[in-house]
Amino acid sequence: MAETLIPKIVPQKTPAATAKVGSPLIEIEAISLHYGASRALKDISLNLEEKVVTAFIGPSGCGKSTLLRCLNRMNDLIDNVRIDGAIKIGGHNIYASDVDVIELRKRVGMVFQKSNPFPKSIYENVAYGLRLHGMKVKADLDLRIEECLRASALWDEVKDRLHSSALGLSGGQQQRLCIARAIAIKPEVILMDEPASALDPIATARIEDLILDLKKEFTIVIVTHNMQQAARISDQTAFFYIGELVEFGATSKIFTNPAQKRTEDYVSGRFG
Amino acid sequence: MNTVTPPEYLPGSSSDTTRFTRHFRAEKFDFWSFFFSGLTGLATFFILGILATILLNILINGWSAISWHFVSTIPKKDFFDANTTGVLPMIVGTAFRVIVMTIFVIPVGVITAIYLTEYAANTSTITRIIRAAVNNLAGVPSIVFGLFGLGFFINFVGKNMDKLLHNASAVWGQPALIWASLTLAVMTLPVVIVATEESLKAIPPGLREASLALGATKLETILKIVLPQALPGIMTGGILAVSRAAGEVAPILFTGVAYYMASLPGHLSDQFMDLGYHVFVLSTQSPNIEQTRPILYATVLVLLLLTFALNIVAILIRARVRKKLRALG
Repeated sequence: MAETLIPKIVPQKTPAATAKVGSPLIEIEAISLHYGASRALKDISLNLEEKVVTAFIGPSGCGKSTLLRCLNRMNDLIDNVRIDGAIKIGGHNIYASDVDVIELRKRVGMVFQKSNPFPKSIYENVAYGLRLHGMKVKADLDLRIEECLRASALWDEVKDRLHSSALGLSGGQQQRLCIARAIAIKPEVILMDEPASALDPIATARIEDLILDLKKEFTIVIVTHNMQQAARISDQTAFFYIGELVEFGATSKIFTNPAQKRTEDYVSGRFG
Repeated sequence: MNTVTPPEYLPGSSSDTTRFTRHFRAEKFDFWSFFFSGLTGLATFFILGILATILLNILINGWSAISWHFVSTIPKKDFFDANTTGVLPMIVGTAFRVIVMTIFVIPVGVITAIYLTEYAANTSTITRIIRAAVNNLAGVPSIVFGLFGLGFFINFVGKNMDKLLHNASAVWGQPALIWASLTLAVMTLPVVIVATEESLKAIPPGLREASLALGATKLETILKIVLPQALPGIMTGGILAVSRAAGEVAPILFTGVAYYMASLPGHLSDQFMDLGYHVFVLSTQSPNIEQTRPILYATVLVLLLLTFALNIVAILIRARVRKKLRALG
């Protein structure tokens, strides 16, 4: 009798729950996601720490991008999606009915696989989010935009052409501009969906350096197909396979001494 | 030991090198490809030929009758006299009705297209019904629009406005510029909706996602990111609507055009004279066909030039918008 009254909010036990000290910023609790009738995510639970880089790895179609998009509710935009379970950020369930999605997306920024700067000037790209959220004074904007472009290691390359089109930048520069745009509104979490998959090795290296730099201020979740990249930049790694979380733990452990056979096969390149 | 024998196609192999040339040379005349390329070319020439014939005929016969006097004179009641007549009221009337139409059709068309592409679920029954309605609207004969305008705008909207505002004296409840323009707006609505929808669909979804992920609302995303990008496409729709409407006579027959007016239209509730309708009048009502012929040609030429000019203006504005979008945005 008493048992039924207690809501099921007890965090799911995951292999990684004890991987690091400190209270988790993001708690993913038994998330399942259906596209129509097909299930893309099966009962996934894991906790992500603050100011830590977490990598989601796994073969194509394993659900890692889908899970990433659950964290800022970008999946809301797709028809016929059903999501069960809860995701708590800072203790609040972002799928609760009273959640303001706009506020959520302000706090959980995103960088996409294909760099997607607005067809506006470099300056206006970074200013877009700031203006949306009420920054109007030009001096404030100037200051913040310079700060963000410096933080995304783009300032020296673009400071003389802030007001020319962002579409004139190279692929790597465009992606760093998208990062600058995302950090401009001071999110707590940055989601990155294969941010370097379309870039050459040099541009990729710069993005990776940038991620390591941003870790000091932001909590970062990155989806990647590049195992070396996950090994280089992440502190924690989650391995997904066909919609399931196979293993989650410290990156060094996942890559050197995984508990699961499937993880070992994947990280050693035997499949996927 | 296996000896490696060079593949056949390499020099020095058993077959000689000339087999390449033999193999790739067209052996016989390909009749069917010649026939079809000729046929498609001929069809194109046919179209161009018709267009050139019409334009040249009008240009040659109309040019001599056009003068400053002709385009700047308000004619007397007897406008069949080539020496004294003019087409100023018709130019003003046609331009006026096309501009008023554009003011109505662009916002309504664009908002409908935004609803269909950005808000409505693509698979819902309502969306399908609206799409089918838009497509059917495009297939309705223009005279039916004229009758609709008379029945709905004049007899229903106009008469009721008079009852409410003017003590039932006829101000709005009669053929007028505004009703002709609105009738044309209804007629050209599908053109604007389809053109806008196409340009909205062409905008990469990544841009919408980027905006939403920054915490923009759907409305902010549409107003600040989507619409500016779609502007050239929307203007293309406007240009097509203007071209279609400028030459239409049937929809305005019952809704606003006048056989003769002594002065220029000065108010939306005035009737107006129109170039297209004037062409019809000149060719059917003239007491002396030979004498009227030069004015008839000249009037047609003025109509063509006016349509052309309205198009050029719209195309120039669009080019400016495109350039601005490309440079900055």
